[in-house]
Amino acid sequence: MNATVALILALAAGTYAFRLVGPALHGRVRLPQRVHDLAAAGAVVLLAALLATGALTENGTFAGWARPGGVLVAAALAWRRAPFVVVVLGAAVTTAVLRAVVPGAA
Amino acid sequence: MRSLQRTSPVFPAPRRDLVRDSSLVWLASGIVGVSFGAISVAGGLPVWVPVVMSLLVYAGSAQFSAVGVLLAGGGPLAAAATGLLLNTRTAAFGLAVADVIGRGWAARLLGAHLVTDETVAFTLAQSDPLRRRAAFWISGLGLFAVWNVGVLAGALAGGALGDTARYGLDAAFPAVLVALVLPALRTDARVRRCALLGAALALAVTPAVPAGVPVLLALAGLALYGRKEAPA
Repeated sequence: MNATVALILALAAGTYAFRLVGPALHGRVRLPQRVHDLAAAGAVVLLAALLATGALTENGTFAGWARPGGVLVAAALAWRRAPFVVVVLGAAVTTAVLRAVVPGAA
Repeated sequence: MRSLQRTSPVFPAPRRDLVRDSSLVWLASGIVGVSFGAISVAGGLPVWVPVVMSLLVYAGSAQFSAVGVLLAGGGPLAAAATGLLLNTRTAAFGLAVADVIGRGWAARLLGAHLVTDETVAFTLAQSDPLRRRAAFWISGLGLFAVWNVGVLAGALAGGALGDTARYGLDAAFPAVLVALVLPALRTDARVRRCALLGAALALAVTPAVPAGVPVLLALAGLALYGRKEAPA
């Protein structure tokens, strides 16, 4: 078995094990209500952190202005309860236009 | 005569609006999948590596990082460690959607593999339990199919696609999260507090720590959750 196959299998097995924890425990172990509440809040906290780092950083450094510009437009649209499609396309179009029009927007 | 019409408790009738909203996430992810396949092959990996990895690992950010480490000469051990570190968050996501996935063993085993950032966000954004279950399976199965087809297409096409940053697609993923997370942040002050602290922590440490660590540190934001619901 070569090293790349071993890498893929190890990464796949480990990832699947992480994913299976919640579904496997469900209904077998009685978790306190507080753990349920914290798991639900934790998921939103993780998603918000992914959103912040995904919008602003790339490989550990600032991603440039074009991407956060697009995400900011998305946030404004979502705040005004625009449809999902409009929010996502608004971000992509804004970022693409900023990159094409503003020099150095990256 | 009794009606032959039945409803399945596991797979409720697909809701057209769930499919419509999911399909946009599928489109964006499919294009990211194409770029993953293309980048891997352009960097010198054989076609089967990104394709098999996508089927078995099925986690975009971990796959990009693992291949990035491999192509940078970091070795398979470092590549696996980076990918696993990024995917530890899926354990928390699995806990959060466990009741949505259900209790049958086939559903648990298959559903676990479908737990991704996008599908969890899409699921938790729905209000009632039936819609959540439909959202999980619609988003999860569709995303799995589109992601893997995209990776295969990208791996076969190689470098013919050009720079996908030109289309602003890198802004689509954070925008999806904005649309899905904003309602929860808007209505629940406790979650909002935790999320703001967590996101600030994650951003502050990003330049200093390996990929995957910032988002995990964000969970420290839960310290602000408090013991009880504050009186209204």
